This record gives sequence, C-alpha cells and structure tokens, in this order.
Amino acid sequence: MADRYQQLISTPIGQLVSKQIGLPNPARLERFRPGQPVVSGPVALGAAAGSRLGRGLASVLAAAQAEVLTPMDEELRAAAADAELHAGIWNPDAATEQQRFKALVFDATGIKASGQLIEAWAFLHPTIRRVLGSGRVIVLGTPPEDCESPDEAIAQRALEGLVRAVGKELRRGATAQLLYVRPGAEDALESTVRFFLSPRSAFVSGQVIRIGPAPAPDAAIDWAVPLTGKIALVTGAARGIGAAIAEVLARDGAHVVGLDVPAMSAELTAGMGSIGGSVLTADITDAQAPAEIAGYLLEHHGGADVVVHNAGVTRDKTLGRMTENLWSTVIDINLIAPQRINRELFERDAVRANGRIVGVSSISGIAGNAGQTNYSTSKAGVIGIVQEWAPRLAERAVTINAVAPGFIETQMTAAMPVVVREAGRRMNSLAQGGLPVDVAETIAWFASPASGGVTGNVVRVCGQSLIGA
Amino acid sequence: MNQNARRVAVLGGSRIPFARQNGPYAKASNQDMLTATLDALVSKFDLEGEALGEVAAGAVLKHSRDFNLTREAVLGSRLAPETPAYDVQQACATGLEATIAVANKIALNQIECGIAGGVDTTSDAPLALNEDLRNILLDLSRSKSTAARARAVSRLRPQQIVPEVPRNAEPRTGLSMGDHTAIMATEWGIGRVEQDELALASHLKLAAAYDSGWLDDQVVPYLGLTRDQNLRPDSSLEKLAKLRPVFGGEDGTMTAGNSTPLSDGASAVLLASEEWAQAHGIPVQAFITDAQTAAVDYVHKREGLLMAPAYAMPKMLARNGLTLQEFDFYEIHEAFAAQVLCTLKAWEDPVYCRERLGLDEPLGAIDRERLNVHGGSIGAGHPFGATGGRIVATLAKELSERESGHGVISVCAAGGLGVTAIMEAA
Repeated sequence: MADRYQQLISTPIGQLVSKQIGLPNPARLERFRPGQPVVSGPVALGAAAGSRLGRGLASVLAAAQAEVLTPMDEELRAAAADAELHAGIWNPDAATEQQRFKALVFDATGIKASGQLIEAWAFLHPTIRRVLGSGRVIVLGTPPEDCESPDEAIAQRALEGLVRAVGKELRRGATAQLLYVRPGAEDALESTVRFFLSPRSAFVSGQVIRIGPAPAPDAAIDWAVPLTGKIALVTGAARGIGAAIAEVLARDGAHVVGLDVPAMSAELTAGMGSIGGSVLTADITDAQAPAEIAGYLLEHHGGADVVVHNAGVTRDKTLGRMTENLWSTVIDINLIAPQRINRELFERDAVRANGRIVGVSSISGIAGNAGQTNYSTSKAGVIGIVQEWAPRLAERAVTINAVAPGFIETQMTAAMPVVVREAGRRMNSLAQGGLPVDVAETIAWFASPASGGVTGNVVRVCGQSLIGA
Repeated sequence: MNQNARRVAVLGGSRIPFARQNGPYAKASNQDMLTATLDALVSKFDLEGEALGEVAAGAVLKHSRDFNLTREAVLGSRLAPETPAYDVQQACATGLEATIAVANKIALNQIECGIAGGVDTTSDAPLALNEDLRNILLDLSRSKSTAARARAVSRLRPQQIVPEVPRNAEPRTGLSMGDHTAIMATEWGIGRVEQDELALASHLKLAAAYDSGWLDDQVVPYLGLTRDQNLRPDSSLEKLAKLRPVFGGEDGTMTAGNSTPLSDGASAVLLASEEWAQAHGIPVQAFITDAQTAAVDYVHKREGLLMAPAYAMPKMLARNGLTLQEFDFYEIHEAFAAQVLCTLKAWEDPVYCRERLGLDEPLGAIDRERLNVHGGSIGAGHPFGATGGRIVATLAKELSERESGHGVISVCAAGGLGVTAIMEAA
C-alpha cells in the first residue's frame, strides 16, 4: 500500500530526517475491511444552540453503535435520549489527558449569525488535538442558499473556510468535511454520516456535500451489503479504478455488469468472474452502443439501479500541439458517450426508480491542467452533466453525482515522470496518493439506497489536494 | 395492624461538634459520644427519666464488643433504663435509615416517640486480630489433643502481630469510595473548579450558621470542641486550588479540600407523634413526609457507586406528586463535592433520566441557592453514622423557621446505597 517514500519515511532514520528538514510525513491511512465497526473509537458530538440535526445524528450514531460523548447540553442530551443513544458526558474542563476521539461531529445548523461561529471554535478548540490517527471531523450546516436570513447564510458559508482549514491542520491521516443539510433532510443523513465517519472515506477530505430530503428507503438497509439486489453498470471495468469500483459495488451486494472495449475482454471476463458479475463488451463511442447497453440491461436485468460512467482516457499534448484526433478521442469517450448512454437509458426507462448515476470527473476538470486541455474540458463537462441533470432526475427519484479523483495510484500515474509524480502525490493534506478503492468507496456511498438525498454533488477524492482547492 | 398511618413530627436534634480523625475525640469511644449526645437531647427536651418508645442508632466502624451499642448508650444516659434500643448499620445512611425506622413505628401507632441517631469514630478504630492469628487461635481452641495444639501453636509467626485494619474500600471492587467517585466524576465531566466552589460554599455557609448562633441549640460542646474542627471559615478558592488531587490520578479533580475528611462525632433527633409532642409541650419543627431507599449495581452494571440517590429521588417524588423544583431546601450529603455534582447532573440529564431512571423528562435543575444553606458535610466533617441525624435536625429547623414548604434529603452510602427523604414544615 505505502509508496516507496512512505516506506522510507516511516523508518526511524526517515522519521528523524523528515522532522529535521520538514519533509511531508504521510500517515498510513486506515481503510475499510468488511466487518469493521463504522467508527473505531469515541465520537465527540456537539451542537450550536438551536441546531436541528441532533436527533438525526444521535440516531445514526446509536445505530452505528458508536461510543459517543456530548457536552452537558440540554437540547443535545434530550435529542440523544430520544434516539436512545447511550451518550457519555464530555467536559473539556474535567477531561483526562488521555481522552482521545476518533471523530468530532459538530451540528452547526443553529448558527444564525457570524458571532455564533464561536460555538464551533468552542467545540473544536479543546477536541481537535485529541483526534486519533485516521480520525474524522464532520461539521454539519445549512446550505447558504436555503438560509432564512442573509446573516445566517453568511455565517453558514463561513463554515467552508473553517472546515477546509481544519482539514489542513489535522495530522496522521485525519480528514474534515462539511455536510450542508437542507431543511427537511434531517432524516436523510445516515449513509453520508456513516461514509464520512468510516475508513471508507480515507482519501476524501476538505469536501462540501449537500444533502437534500429523500424518501425513506423501501426496506431496512443491511449496512454490510446495502446494494443487495441492485444491478450496477460500470463502464471501463476491466482494470484500474473501474475494476476497483466493480469490486466494491459487488462487495456491497450489487450484481455488477462490467463494460469495456472488446480489446479488454480477457481482463474484463476474469475480473467479473471473480466478483460474480456479468460481462458486456462495447465501444461506448460507437453509435449503436447506447442502444445495445440499454437493451442488454432491460433484457437481462429489467434495467439498472446504478450506472457508473468510469470509462475514460487521456491523450496529453499542449493545445498548440494537440491534433483534432487527440481532442476528439478524449471528448467522445469521456464526455459525449456518458451523455448519449444516459439519454438512451432514461428514454427507455432502463434506470429504475431510486436509481443512481455516477460520473467520474477529475481534479483536472476543476482546476485545469497544462497539457490536458482536452481531458480538463471533458471532465469539467462531466460536472456539467451532474449539475444539469440533477434537478431533472429528482422527479424520478434518481440521483446523479460525480467523483473527482486527485492523484490516485494507478498504472496511469505510475507512468508519470518522477518529479511530477512526487509533486502530485505529496501536494495534498494527507501527503500521499489515493488508491483506486478510495474512489470506489465514494461511488458506493453515492450508490447506496440510503443516499437518496445526495444529488448534484461533485466530491473530490484527492486528500484535499492543493490543486483546484 | 393499624392501617391508619399518622404524621410523624421532628421535634429537634442535638449533636456534638464533629472532630477530625485523631483530634480531640481520639480517645472517645462510640459509646461515649453517643451517650453524651443522647444526654444533650435529654437536657434540651427535658426527658430525664423518660421511657421513650425506642432509640435506634448505629455506627459504621464498630468494635465487636459493641454488639448492643445503642442499648448500652441508653443505659448510660439519663433516659429511663426501660427505653428499648437497637442498632442500625447502613454505612453513611445509618442515621437517616434509623430516623426512617423510628418514624415508621410512630406512623403505625406502634410507639409514640423515639430517638434516632448515629455515631462514628475513625480514631478509636476497631483493630482486629491478624486474620492468620485469628484462625490459629480458633484452631487451637478446637484442638482436642496435645499434638494438635502443638501443631496449631507451631504456625505462629512474628508478622501475625500486625492487626487487621478496617479499610475504606468496597469489598467487591477493592476501590475506595474516593476512587469510585473519581470514576463518576470523569464520567460526568465534573471539573475541579465547580467542586472547589461547592466545598467553599459548604465551609462558608456553616461558618455563617455558627457565627449567627443558628446552631447554638443543636451543637453542644464536647471535650473542648465548640465548633466542628474541620470547619475552615477562612478557606478560599485560591487555597483550595493549590491542593493536589488525592483520587483519580495526577490529573484527577478530587482533593482533600473537596472531599469529606475522616471524622469522629455523634448526633440524635427526637421524633414523636403530634399528640405526644403536644402533651409534652414541645413544638413541632417539621413532619417527615416520605422516604425512599435505593441501591445500584456498581459491580456488574458499571453504575457509579454513589449514584443510588439519583434512583431513589424520582420514585419518591412520583409517589408524592412533587417535582424536584418544588422544594425550599435541599439537604444533600456532601460525601464528595463530585458526588453531589454528579447527582445533580444526573437529574438534569435527559439521557440518564431516560435510560437509567426510566423517565420521559429529566427531573431538571435545582435552585443552587437552596442547597445545603447552613453548610454540609465537607465543612462539618462526616462521622459516617452521625451525618443523617445532623441533616434531619438541620432541615427540621430550616422548615420550622420558614413555617411552610418542603425540604428534601439525599444521602449516598457505600455498597451502592442511597436514601432520600421528604420533610415538610409543621
């Protein structure tokens, strides 16, 4: 798992040298293994006065069997009691030196003006240095666009700066996120809070997520295999990130239909065989491909529940040297094909109710990248797909979101020049590259039947990269 | 059996000043102190030669020869020798439980009047024979042959001279009461400053009570002491802040300043039916309304050792249709400042009240201005058996002065026990 620098730096001499000259000191990130608890240590739960998510958060933490401590705050304790959460008491003035937290969760929805932001300080100030390795800081607010007054909207918007700075201050692989929860979405938190508390979100940090109201899932969710009974189409599933996505969705209970070009057929067949999935070979830029895909899904599975547009390529050249062919190849595969497939699937009702569409964007699509005008354009277009379709699909109770991976350790990045690769790896809050599984876990969270309130989000899986921040 | 319970009057109490361990009472026995206290009550209410319904009292640390401590104290006092007596022993709740026992007999018309009390000495401690030596001596007495006797004697060793000292530790956990309370303080997030503030208030309020003469009719001088020896009228938060933690490790919050010291002393209260009081021309200070004892499983269910009063209170309140806020006086035994604060937080906490106490709503906060208004155990000291009598007498006088309203008592005790009681003005 650890790259060569990480291995070197974790030796006693490496530690000494890195401390002396201030080299990045990447922590070994905890990653999810089936059977693990959601959060493997105490959780401090706090809230600004008048916050509205206490009950929902307490329910999630109780269901996750987390060990929770809260300040002696009447509203929050009443919420905990209602949720049957066996919460202990946290009082920084009386805490032992040894008290540590695996996660800090702060409900900031009660903050109505900037002066009350100090409540977030009051909760995080005595707790942040007690956060364990691979710990989590989650702040929950109200989306500024849904606030009732300008003062409230401004204060809520300010939380973004707080959380992003916290993400940069945290050490030892800990991460920070801001969850903006729309009014009415108080009961739609569970899959998101579980994801960000757990090691599944190992390489996601400094992100701002919006959660809206969602219909309650039809059946009680088995959190060990939330995708049981679901059909998931994954394009580009033969190798790299696509293979990891297929594996994680299958692990979570889905039947995966893996799609790749005919040339990858052998690898794809082997991969799908190992996870009990189905094989579908097609060139997605082919004019007939969308119809073939929709037809296959309808014929064999009655439609799909999850569609992951992972297939993508790079053809790097600076714009002045880029041929029309290089431009078009990337745009066709990365941007046009997903649009055509989506349209076909929607028109033929091949995406079932409560369906999940997931795009794969990129940090390059957010920040732009020299030598990747074609790729950056296509990946920014993927964000456009999400933003354009999210409100339309809401009527069908279908969500659409995208991941935007940063530096992920794949064959593609392994081929990069050393200096560029090292810079890419280290220039984020976690000082290391992510793994394909980190992207896959994020997609599995979008895909969860409990994530009905999560739509229109572009979530970076980048360890809070400095690029595009 | 008479089904009609009647009201039980508290007529007043007497006590000797409480002394610190190995202080002026170092050589006074439990019997000496209890006898002196009974005689003080006899003088106060002119009971010389009276045969009372009964006297119930007890001590926590007792010599084996004191199997009939209270009866012996009665025989040594100026009460009529025809006054029955028996011992009660319920750790720190001894005095309050004795009060409830006497009150219940009066309520049921079984007796007309009685005295409840308690005493303890940590100085004149009941050292016992070394356990090995005791077994050898018992074996020796059981031996029937010279050879067997020789075998028993041959087991004697010099180190067996070391006696068995009574320990302030829970037999089932091996932890002292302070250690247990430190665990509770951590669980409840009780800070050092709030403990010191409560301790300081205990000293200052008790000192004020002495200075104003409020305690003159309750405390009788004994062996040169006129006030509680532990009382520090000149204490301050700064002084208390300097003390090192004695429980809960280096970053613990419990110090000698915010915990009760080991102490010696005795107390007694006179209880009666209204008819008896009227016949004897003694004004009634207050009535005992109700009482409740509870116990918690601190061994297996990880409940705090001294949290039982938290359980007793809501049961008692429900039975009387009262809320926790309806009292004019709260007399809560200050075993440790942290214990009082844990109990108050427990009643305020929706989670604890729902899960542990089975209440839909928390009992809520109390008005701290009404808590231990004439001082508490931290200021006065805490001779285990004597604290209940001190508190009952204090609350009775508070209610008699106010002439209306209710007061509530809460006392925690070793073994996961807790006793609460309600009194109302006459």
